[in-house]
Amino acid sequence: MKKLLFIALTLLLSVAAFASGTIDGEIQKQPLNISAIVMFLIFVSGTLGITYWAAKRTKTAKDFYTAGGGITGLQNGMAIAGDYMSAASFLGISGLVYMAGYDGLIYSIGFLVGWPLILFLISERLRNLGKYTFADVAAYRLQQAPIRTLAAFGSIATVILYLIAQMVGAGKLIQLLFGLPYELAVVLVGILMIMYVTFGGMLATTWVQIIKAVLLLSGATFMALAVMSHFGFSLEAMFAAAVKVHPKHQAIMAPGGLVSDPVSAISLGIALMFGTAGLPHILMRFFTVADAKEARKSVFYATGFIGYFYILTFIIGFGAIIMVLNNPEYLDLAKQAISGGSPILGGKNMAAIHLSHAVGGNFFLGFISAVAFATILAVVSGLTLAGASAISHDLYANVFNKHGEVDEAKEMKVSKMATIGLGIVAIILGIAFEQQNIAFVVGLAFAIAASANFPVLFLSMFWSKLTTRGAVIGGSLGLATAVLLVILGPIVWVQIFGNETAIFPYKYPALFSVTVAFLGIWFFSITDNSDRAKVDREAFEAQDIRSQTGIGAEGASEH
Amino acid sequence: MTKEQVEQVKNNPKYQKLVKERSRFAWTLSIIMLVVYYSFILIIAFDPSLFGTRIGDGVMTVGIPVGIAIIFIAFILAGIYVRRANGEFDELTREVREELGDIA
Repeated sequence: MKKLLFIALTLLLSVAAFASGTIDGEIQKQPLNISAIVMFLIFVSGTLGITYWAAKRTKTAKDFYTAGGGITGLQNGMAIAGDYMSAASFLGISGLVYMAGYDGLIYSIGFLVGWPLILFLISERLRNLGKYTFADVAAYRLQQAPIRTLAAFGSIATVILYLIAQMVGAGKLIQLLFGLPYELAVVLVGILMIMYVTFGGMLATTWVQIIKAVLLLSGATFMALAVMSHFGFSLEAMFAAAVKVHPKHQAIMAPGGLVSDPVSAISLGIALMFGTAGLPHILMRFFTVADAKEARKSVFYATGFIGYFYILTFIIGFGAIIMVLNNPEYLDLAKQAISGGSPILGGKNMAAIHLSHAVGGNFFLGFISAVAFATILAVVSGLTLAGASAISHDLYANVFNKHGEVDEAKEMKVSKMATIGLGIVAIILGIAFEQQNIAFVVGLAFAIAASANFPVLFLSMFWSKLTTRGAVIGGSLGLATAVLLVILGPIVWVQIFGNETAIFPYKYPALFSVTVAFLGIWFFSITDNSDRAKVDREAFEAQDIRSQTGIGAEGASEH
Repeated sequence: MTKEQVEQVKNNPKYQKLVKERSRFAWTLSIIMLVVYYSFILIIAFDPSLFGTRIGDGVMTVGIPVGIAIIFIAFILAGIYVRRANGEFDELTREVREELGDIA
């Protein structure tokens, strides 16, 4: 049955891929890119092969959620990097460097510095306490149903917002790179992601991440080396050439307008740092390794890969300034005729893509395009698995089904159904949001992760006086504040709703919403005199011992 | 874990040593990372021209090596922690678990 469905979906997919060759007449910015499509098909067949292999090894719930807990530190570090280095950060940050120079580096650093903190304070405790989802940890000593409901709500909200951003990005990118229609691209991504996750679970998802991380890092390394060799490996020579041709000249070597006021700067920093530590698909990765030792190693490797990647994107952005900016081959001549300047084809986020053509010709352009597509696929798979786990493990098995034993086979079935459901939701939302301004979506996902997921998780591990009531009220307040401030802020209130001025003046709400969450949790915990509060507080010591020593922690499965 | 067992673990001198030293180490490194990052962010917020100051006669500015250095600092701090935690602290954890016998 499983095998049949697998074959049917594969067939459907190849039909979709074939059909794409015959559909045209849409508004397409680029002709069909054959080398990109061939390389992408190789990637897809390889990963589907892995999914088939993984499906045979995925029998229990533990296999499905955590790949049996047997992933090594290095593999998991690669997979974490694969989860984190999205197409948005590859194309977005190199595009930002291309436009504004130094400001791109400010973003990269913000995205990176959360990792050491996750390592020092969170990763091993998380591994020692949890089983499948971060809600296992947050609800360890607190009342299961309310905490898991809150955590699942925070997870699903984060996952869906992130999925929308990825889906819309995927549709546009594929339209541009491969010359396929938007809707077809979104449907393709949705079907592939459902296949990876439902059949191969965490094992397939992990290997898709690892392969994608290797491809992305090799491609980016090649581009950076090509740029550097052009200047005899002298950074000074490269910067000098960029300063000369960029319209902003020397200003690209210093902080520009990205973070203009102190409140925004600090707020962005908090969102990036704490948001990373509250992303459910990232937190889930810590349960795939055997013990705390491997969990630590995985963050160390991930920090290295991610940091290295950001240095590469910085060089790539500067390379694009030099090789793409004034090259008529990559300019949008129609747009230039109207608005002047030197706009590039497909917008600034295409800087890295055009650079790949400039340094490696059509073949390498095809490779990087396929890698960008693979990157999106890998990220959405990780997200979907995390969202499905929140539905099946937190809501189904521990909230709705609190009476009696949970049937593991049934929990897995619910998880697979949730995956298909999330996949369909992602496809529908991806198509619905095509024409929408989605600039706020990833920011909102990070704000929710930082203001609802992170404070509850963090205090559950570090603060003995935390109670169920405090966590539920404070976490909900953080979530509500984040959502409200994003709606009232400049992006949604002014750019989308078309109002004159924003009610809340800052783009990043995290400074305020995280503060509200922590204060709320603190206040409603210390004033909690219920019987449940007593239970919550008394259980802290035993929890702390387990989190410190790993006594009683989940091990890896036998096979 | 029963109340007696919790007391037994808490009174174990090696457990106390593990918790105390590891917490201190982890928080020290965290504070270093936070100070480094927020100094960077606050300079950008209050005095961005400082990072625009040129080094030597070329176009290179102070901000570039500082930014790259923060990426390296993040990686190095992570390495320092993993080295000590996976060596000394894990060894101590093993000893604690051995002494606790039945509980562990």
